[in-house]
Amino acid sequence: MEKKLPTIEIIEKYCKGCHICVEFCPTKVLEMKGFVASVKNLEACIKCMQCELRCPDFAIKVSA
Amino acid sequence: MSFDYDKYIRPGKLPHIWCPGCGHGIVMKGMIRAIDTLGLKKEETAIVSGIGCASRLPGYMDCCTLHTAHGRAAAFATGVKMAKPEMNVILVGGDGDGTAIGGNHFIHACRRNIDMTYIIMNNNIYGMTGGQFSPCTPTGAKASTTPYGNPDPAFDVAKLAIGAGATFVARGTAYHATQIDKLIVEAIQHKGFSVVEILDDCPTTYGRRNKFKSVIEMMNRLKEIAVPIKAAEKMSAEQLEGKVITGVLYKEERPHYTAEYAKVIERAQK
Repeated sequence: MEKKLPTIEIIEKYCKGCHICVEFCPTKVLEMKGFVASVKNLEACIKCMQCELRCPDFAIKVSA
Repeated sequence: MSFDYDKYIRPGKLPHIWCPGCGHGIVMKGMIRAIDTLGLKKEETAIVSGIGCASRLPGYMDCCTLHTAHGRAAAFATGVKMAKPEMNVILVGGDGDGTAIGGNHFIHACRRNIDMTYIIMNNNIYGMTGGQFSPCTPTGAKASTTPYGNPDPAFDVAKLAIGAGATFVARGTAYHATQIDKLIVEAIQHKGFSVVEILDDCPTTYGRRNKFKSVIEMMNRLKEIAVPIKAAEKMSAEQLEGKVITGVLYKEERPHYTAEYAKVIERAQK
């Protein structure tokens, strides 16, 4: 059975590029693309939601 | 599932004014989750603040909100609670607003044990006004008004609140985001004055002056210094040197102010 991938929505208008989500993601799903965060490796996401919880700018939404 | 924060935020108010990496946004999210967990109605929830970076928070919240004079959040909130005792009153503010300019209001609100919750975001500095040292700036740390290091010892906000008579005192950090809402839920449920101190980071005015290279370094510091209260009980004084104990630090049941004042009214009307 194929693993169901979550969706990670990044609202670029809100992101201030603080790097918190990129640094503290335990499986390194995210990366910085210019000044904003973006998804690099969605397959590695374990849906721990830490990026969403720690984003101070309400810019990340993870839906499992 | 993703949490819908937009339900509690005034439309069109985001992005907020806080700097990149500032932990206030993390605390605000924790507070929103706590309000949602408890199912508090927006029209029965008052969020009161003074002045400062952290005190900008009520402006974004779609609840009953009050943005008052510097340090006077506790005084205005007391008025709200006395006029409408059924309201859930939450105070938010920074360390400068709460412990320096509003220091007197803070300790007397603790002493009176008014049934409300005070969330203090302690980022060790006055951020908005230009990085002056606050009573929570650690000894030796640099601020715009202490360029050669701060000679004063810092306040321990939790100990101050316990000493002044608050009946619920907890501490968390902006790094430990999952803990924030749990502490705030417990604080709101507690009948009496509850204080939740959240250790925060200010990369712009504190980090830059104190050799923190990035937001991540500041967040890692919060991660390193925090020790959960259960683990701290097994540690020696030397091991706890430079650490900060987190979790629910103090809890007691004592008659709270609005209930006691209602009795005064009853006695007077006899």
